[in-house]
Amino acid sequence: MSQKLDLELISLTKRYGATVAVDAISYHFNAGTYACLLGPSGCGKSSTLRMIAGHENVSDGSITLGGRDISHLPPAKRGTAMMFQNYALFPHLSVLDNVAFSLRMQGVETAARHARAKEMLELVDMTALADRLPAQLSGGQQQRAALARALITKPDVLLLDEPLSALDPFLRIRMRAELKKLQRELGITFVHVTHGQDEALALADEIVVMNDAKIEQAGKTRSVFEAPKSAFVARFLGSHNVVSMPDGMVAIRSDALQVTSTDTAKLPGTITNIEYQGTHVALTAVVRGEQEVTALLSDKDFFGDPKDLGEAIGLDWEAEAAHALAS
Amino acid sequence: MRNNSVIGWLLATPLSLVLLVFLVAPIAMIIVVSFWGATEWSIYPAFQFDNYQFLLTSDVTYRVFLNTFKYAAMTWVFTLLIGFTVAYYLAFHIRSLTWQIVLFLLCTIPFLTSNIIRMISWIPFLGRNGIANSTLISMGVIDEPLEWLLFSDFSVILAFVHLYTLFMVVPIFNTMMRIDKSLIEAAADAGATGWQTLWHVIIPLTKPGIMIGTIFVVALVMGDFITVRFMSGSQSANVGRMIQNDIGLLQYPSASATAVILLITVLLLIGTLLRFVDIRKEL
Repeated sequence: MSQKLDLELISLTKRYGATVAVDAISYHFNAGTYACLLGPSGCGKSSTLRMIAGHENVSDGSITLGGRDISHLPPAKRGTAMMFQNYALFPHLSVLDNVAFSLRMQGVETAARHARAKEMLELVDMTALADRLPAQLSGGQQQRAALARALITKPDVLLLDEPLSALDPFLRIRMRAELKKLQRELGITFVHVTHGQDEALALADEIVVMNDAKIEQAGKTRSVFEAPKSAFVARFLGSHNVVSMPDGMVAIRSDALQVTSTDTAKLPGTITNIEYQGTHVALTAVVRGEQEVTALLSDKDFFGDPKDLGEAIGLDWEAEAAHALAS
Repeated sequence: MRNNSVIGWLLATPLSLVLLVFLVAPIAMIIVVSFWGATEWSIYPAFQFDNYQFLLTSDVTYRVFLNTFKYAAMTWVFTLLIGFTVAYYLAFHIRSLTWQIVLFLLCTIPFLTSNIIRMISWIPFLGRNGIANSTLISMGVIDEPLEWLLFSDFSVILAFVHLYTLFMVVPIFNTMMRIDKSLIEAAADAGATGWQTLWHVIIPLTKPGIMIGTIFVVALVMGDFITVRFMSGSQSANVGRMIQNDIGLLQYPSASATAVILLITVLLLIGTLLRFVDIRKEL
């Protein structure tokens, strides 16, 4: 994609009275990126998205899209489109009219706007349901209709506010594959807000982990996951142990831990829980300082040398598997 | 199975009895009496169509019904405009729920006094030497007192609007509160202006509330007689006044026949309204 459609947040701030919801965050989204804003509820990720969309005033800082300052433009003039958490389909309009809504607002002729809306419905594979009302659709179908409605304005950036949270787990996995496929086909920037790390890891090219109104860590998904910089990021992304060692806090991936004999290991401990997970076995042990550490062993490794509850073990890892944490 | 159906009937009995005694029986009585005969000094049971014949062939009936429709239509237009605006302001411009409740209760304060008092208090305000006229004269807007302020169609409709606007506000506010706020944002996202959002999103979604309010207002105005009597100074009439007159003259059969015609008219009206909007999901 061309460089000119990059989305940039420049010390973007949102204040509600005395509370700061978003505290001077800056980030550069390259055009055509699938980015996830990830964080616990109340971390400011939704406020950030709503400011980009124009549904929330910017208290300070600015948002630029392709070098153009869009911080104070009305939502429809920004080149962004938003897909709402509950999809916000107009309940009194058919799917076709929902999708054609923005064209109708622009005064496009009925025939022309319906033709365009049908194209969009084809894109999301909803042609057969064009005449239904939103209430007659399943969650997944509603989501597709909402996608079609957001995309009909040909946005440069699509903003998705927890798009999968209303779906059941099975559908969630299917819809996230469809989202990713659609983003690849369209080549536009997707900014996706979620509190689910598995969703973020599965979808995002880049993740922005937020906590307490600030960006904790951001970058390519894999580099963030491989090298979390703070205990918060390591814990939030999951699959990591945050262990306090004599020379400071470190993060170690659960699957990088090896079970060895007590005397040679870096960390001796006692097994408190064994969880069979099919392909893996999660082994939880209490180590020095009442810390809980989980090791994820392949089923072959574990059953080759089975352990029991209460057994003393040693936990070891390669030196480069441990990442020193800021706090 | 059998036991269940007995319990079902028992559960339905109290309400059925109430409806039977207080709704079905009086209406049946009115219908029966509407076929009775009457002379200047007596009423006698009969089954004759004299009352209806007289009613339906009299020019006065049509004029009075027309007047009643006029009052209903004009009151409807004004209560709808005011009611929608108030409800819209409360539902979409007041952000905090506490303030919404406070302001909503404020709207109901006039209901703490009786209808009659609220109506009569307009009289010193609108009269020939009333507050309105004297203020306008002292401001130099007019030289002569305005005659049409009181005892006119103007004052009747003013009183109706004053009395019944809240019946429009409540159901519309109720429906508006159920509109998902993200729909408004979705409309803005699609480039709709404020007016477009109002026309294409809010009004269609508020229709059931508007319809319920309309039924309230129309039914109240069609059946009213006291407002018309006070505010028109007995100079104009509606159907309610016609029935009241008959009753005053002890012409119960004729009053009943008029009541039956009014009932049928209102039912037809509401039936027509309900064909346009499905209010079931609001109930």
